Amino acid sequence: MIVTVEKCMHCGACVGTCPENAIYLNDVVLEFNSDCNRCGRCVRMCPVGALELEAKA
Amino acid sequence: MKNEYDVVVVGAGPAGSMAAKHAALNGASVLMIEKRQEIGSPVRCGEGLSRASMDEVGITPDRKWIATDVDGAIIVSPSGNKFVINEKQAGNEVGMVLERDMFDKALAADAAKAGAEIMVKTEAVGLIKEGDTIKGVKILSYGKPMDISAGCVVGADGYESQVGRWAGIDTTLKPSDITSCFQYRLTNIKHNYRYCEFIIGSAAPGGYIWIFPKDEHTANVGIGVLLTKLKKPGQVKEYLDRFIQKDERLRNGQPLDAVSGAVSVSPPVERTIMDGLLLVGDAARVIDSITGGGIANGCITGMYAGNVLGNAAQAGDFSSAVLEEYEKLWRDKLEDKLWRNWMAKEKLITLSDKTLDEVIQTLSESGIDKLSVHNILKVVRDKHPDLVREFEEMI
Repeated sequence: MIVTVEKCMHCGACVGTCPENAIYLNDVVLEFNSDCNRCGRCVRMCPVGALELEAKA
Repeated sequence: MKNEYDVVVVGAGPAGSMAAKHAALNGASVLMIEKRQEIGSPVRCGEGLSRASMDEVGITPDRKWIATDVDGAIIVSPSGNKFVINEKQAGNEVGMVLERDMFDKALAADAAKAGAEIMVKTEAVGLIKEGDTIKGVKILSYGKPMDISAGCVVGADGYESQVGRWAGIDTTLKPSDITSCFQYRLTNIKHNYRYCEFIIGSAAPGGYIWIFPKDEHTANVGIGVLLTKLKKPGQVKEYLDRFIQKDERLRNGQPLDAVSGAVSVSPPVERTIMDGLLLVGDAARVIDSITGGGIANGCITGMYAGNVLGNAAQAGDFSSAVLEEYEKLWRDKLEDKLWRNWMAKEKLITLSDKTLDEVIQTLSESGIDKLSVHNILKVVRDKHPDLVREFEEMI
């Protein structure tokens, strides 16, 4: 997942939306763990468009 | 601080503080932790609240946390038809716009006064389990890891709740039960500062735009859009910016802040208790699906939880058999309405702008003197029987 830090509002909207509980938010950063299944729900959810799915390696 | 309590509350929002306060008042030893360094901040809330809802949970309105009182609410249809709800019709259901940061602090202070201990900048990072029983919580306090034993852990950790998930309670939401939100506190605007305004229809698909006054020049102007209606990233802010530019009252407004967030518009979770754990507030998914309001129901669940936990502490028994009383109390009080409003939301999101225009027109001409879901359905049935067919048993 690509997080555009300049856009991220640190609101946690993506965290509670993730069906795999793969997103973690602390005061500073947003992290994704390996449980992310690329469903893209958080990408659509983000109110400010700070998330982007990276192309599959 | 100790490393063992009867009750550890995770999250110091209204539901958490109410649980902490009532548990402490009823004799439990209580620790409430808050991951942020400041309780109540940043505010992620439209801040509208009814006065009646506070009476119900024993909270006395205080000037310190009220930004302004309002005379009522105005619902605006896509082409501008208005349905004005005054306080009398709403049965005292409309009321005030909060200073939410002050409100949350006041409730936390009440909890402290009742005897609860509070830690800020302290985050829950996991649960301590023995078999299927929750025995405590692992925390990071100012970065330092600690284990805290608890008779019961209270998950009051909001929309993004982790406590329930760690315990194995399914709090996952369907995309059609999630609303993505963005809000400016906008100043230098010419809004109607005596009313809370709700704009429905395609300006905010599956949700609404709100203008909740803070004072004569300033209001919370925000939007919620249903996740299933969003097509591309960043669309929520775009919808709100577009609306503000089109509205001549708001066009020259300047933001004092911007916040985003999410609101669940779902039925409540199936079970909110287990041995040594319970969920309250947004974490229990008790937000009203029509209004997106969560403070009142959060306070109710917190109060019930605290009362039951006080008794559990007296008895030294935090098993689900004892906590069942909490499950029963809040469901008796809220569940029917939560389900009914969720069903109504499912219907509302299917209506076209044209239909919404007609419904609001019908309501504004109806002269309803006492506002209730029952009365609204009756009025709508006379002109649009097809719209309320699924709700026939309520009329």
